[in-house]
Amino acid sequence: MSGSAAALGAAPGRAAPIRAIPGFRTSLGITLLWAASIVVIPLLALLLRPLELGPLGLWESLTEPRVLAALRLSFGAAFVAALLDLPLGLLLAWAIVRLRFPGRGMLDAALDLPFALPTAVAGIALTALTAPNGWLGAPLMAVFGLKVAFTEVGVVFALMFVGLPFIARTVEPVLRDMPLDAEEAAATLGASRAQTLWRVVLPALLPTLLTGFGLAFARAVGEYGSVIFIAGNLPMITEIAPLLIVIRLEQFDYAGAAAVGLAMLALSFVVLLAINMLQRRLRRGRR
Amino acid sequence: MSVDVQDIVRRFGTTAALKGVSLSVREGEFLALLGPSGSGKTTLLRILAGLEGSDSGTVHIAGQDMTGVPARERNIGVVFQHYALFRHMTVFDNVAFGLRVRRQRPSSAEIAARVRRLLELVQVPELERRYPDQISGGQRQRVALARALAIEPRLLLLDEPFGALDALVRKEVRRWVRSLHDSLGITTILVTHDQEEAMEMADRIAVMQGGRIVQLDAVGALLRDPATAFVAGFIGEATRLPCQVRNGVAHFDPLPVLPLQVALPDGPAAAFVRPAEISVRHGAGTASVRLCRTEGEGPARLIVQAGDIMLDALANPGESFEKGESCRLSIRGSHVFAESGERAQGVPLAEVMVG
Repeated sequence: MSGSAAALGAAPGRAAPIRAIPGFRTSLGITLLWAASIVVIPLLALLLRPLELGPLGLWESLTEPRVLAALRLSFGAAFVAALLDLPLGLLLAWAIVRLRFPGRGMLDAALDLPFALPTAVAGIALTALTAPNGWLGAPLMAVFGLKVAFTEVGVVFALMFVGLPFIARTVEPVLRDMPLDAEEAAATLGASRAQTLWRVVLPALLPTLLTGFGLAFARAVGEYGSVIFIAGNLPMITEIAPLLIVIRLEQFDYAGAAAVGLAMLALSFVVLLAINMLQRRLRRGRR
Repeated sequence: MSVDVQDIVRRFGTTAALKGVSLSVREGEFLALLGPSGSGKTTLLRILAGLEGSDSGTVHIAGQDMTGVPARERNIGVVFQHYALFRHMTVFDNVAFGLRVRRQRPSSAEIAARVRRLLELVQVPELERRYPDQISGGQRQRVALARALAIEPRLLLLDEPFGALDALVRKEVRRWVRSLHDSLGITTILVTHDQEEAMEMADRIAVMQGGRIVQLDAVGALLRDPATAFVAGFIGEATRLPCQVRNGVAHFDPLPVLPLQVALPDGPAAAFVRPAEISVRHGAGTASVRLCRTEGEGPARLIVQAGDIMLDALANPGESFEKGESCRLSIRGSHVFAESGERAQGVPLAEVMVG
């Protein structure tokens, strides 16, 4: 009561700052309550559970070669997949925004399908497609000797599939709002189309591409359904970290499962933080 | 460089933005394309810059046919309406852009020296490290100009470049751009809808209406001899008064204005009356003074209501009027246009009778 009175009775001679939401304290309180109950408390549980193992036990549980291999695969494949999705997503967004061609509406709608499809369905479809006797798998095998399904390549392929719309959909509205006059100015200053793309368009889109990359990466790290079918799940080779969590749960090793979860959480946080900081650097000077 | 435009036609779908425009700009001239929005002036500018194609007609710059020459090879400096600065680059990098994308790129020391010289020229050397979002509108405009000048253009195109500036800055920047033009001698074409801006800056003005150039003349000639009713109404501060011509006399009924003698065929017409051409006298009449404003030494400026028309007028030197005072109007003379487009000078009847 006294606290809110002090906040309302602003110091004399100083204008109260304008706030977007009325009732700052109340709204902040509600926000924090929701954030706590939905985000913080579950995460806290994830943090506390592995501690049952004790620090040493936790360390041992996480440095098992099988765990390390799974984490390496999950994060490595997610990174590669998000990276490969960048040019593809940009291309798709570009086509939808800048080009007029028959079937553009269909492409626009189809782009969201990976969002809607149950991931297991996607996984089964991708597996059938890339299996050694599949439509795509057979020619790839015959021509390049490349085995997709049941290898790391397959994992990356599945993660690219689920991550692509994140990048395309993040870039699309920004590209749509990007005024053409900067590109025209570049042309009048003597820049070729390639120079304009490289020096004007891409730098302007870079912060957005980075956001899309972060989203696609985060989604890919946590992806389960679409990967487990195509990966083949050979321990140490094509076993992803989320699958390892499920395996440990099935063995009633709850603390061990939570330990892997905690490691994934920590690693994801570090990566996303790094992306955010990079983004802030890229946006310098811009409002 | 001289610019020669012949019969340019440009259609967007079914509407024609330019319906056969011809124009020739002399070397070193400052020309304004003046017209209301939708008159095609920006389209013409974009065709000159190579950002837009034309359906027919030719553009020659310095005698060279520009058909099929892309914008990047034209070496024309353009200042865009909203400046179109590259937001992710510093002011320095913006100005350096045109030098860095060259096939034979100057050394970075040379680029730096030239960029600094240009920023010096546009009087914002201290902004080098700032980003476009961190500087004011007037400063952005100067940076855009420096960027356009960096490529040593043979022609400079300005697309409504002062629209986003506030009135005070605009006036100052206008004079400064004109003086910059005079010292650099680059042929310059300015697109604007602001007649005051065009009159203050340009050597000649091309007045555009509905995709055509209706008159291309020096400022004085446009005021003295407007070619069409549109030009008479668009340039200067003339008020349009509808009238009826009968037997060589223009009658303004029901407006309380004395008729004028004109050599026009019978029928509806319009007189374009400038403030100085109206004489306002004290006395009972059906016109009334709505506003009387004295500005320093000059005659008072009046707004007079006659019927449902508001007229701008100047009082006789030393005279002043009360607001709401009734008064009598007569016209000393004005351009009168018949509906056919025919033009004549209107003369007061009394003068003819006395003469």
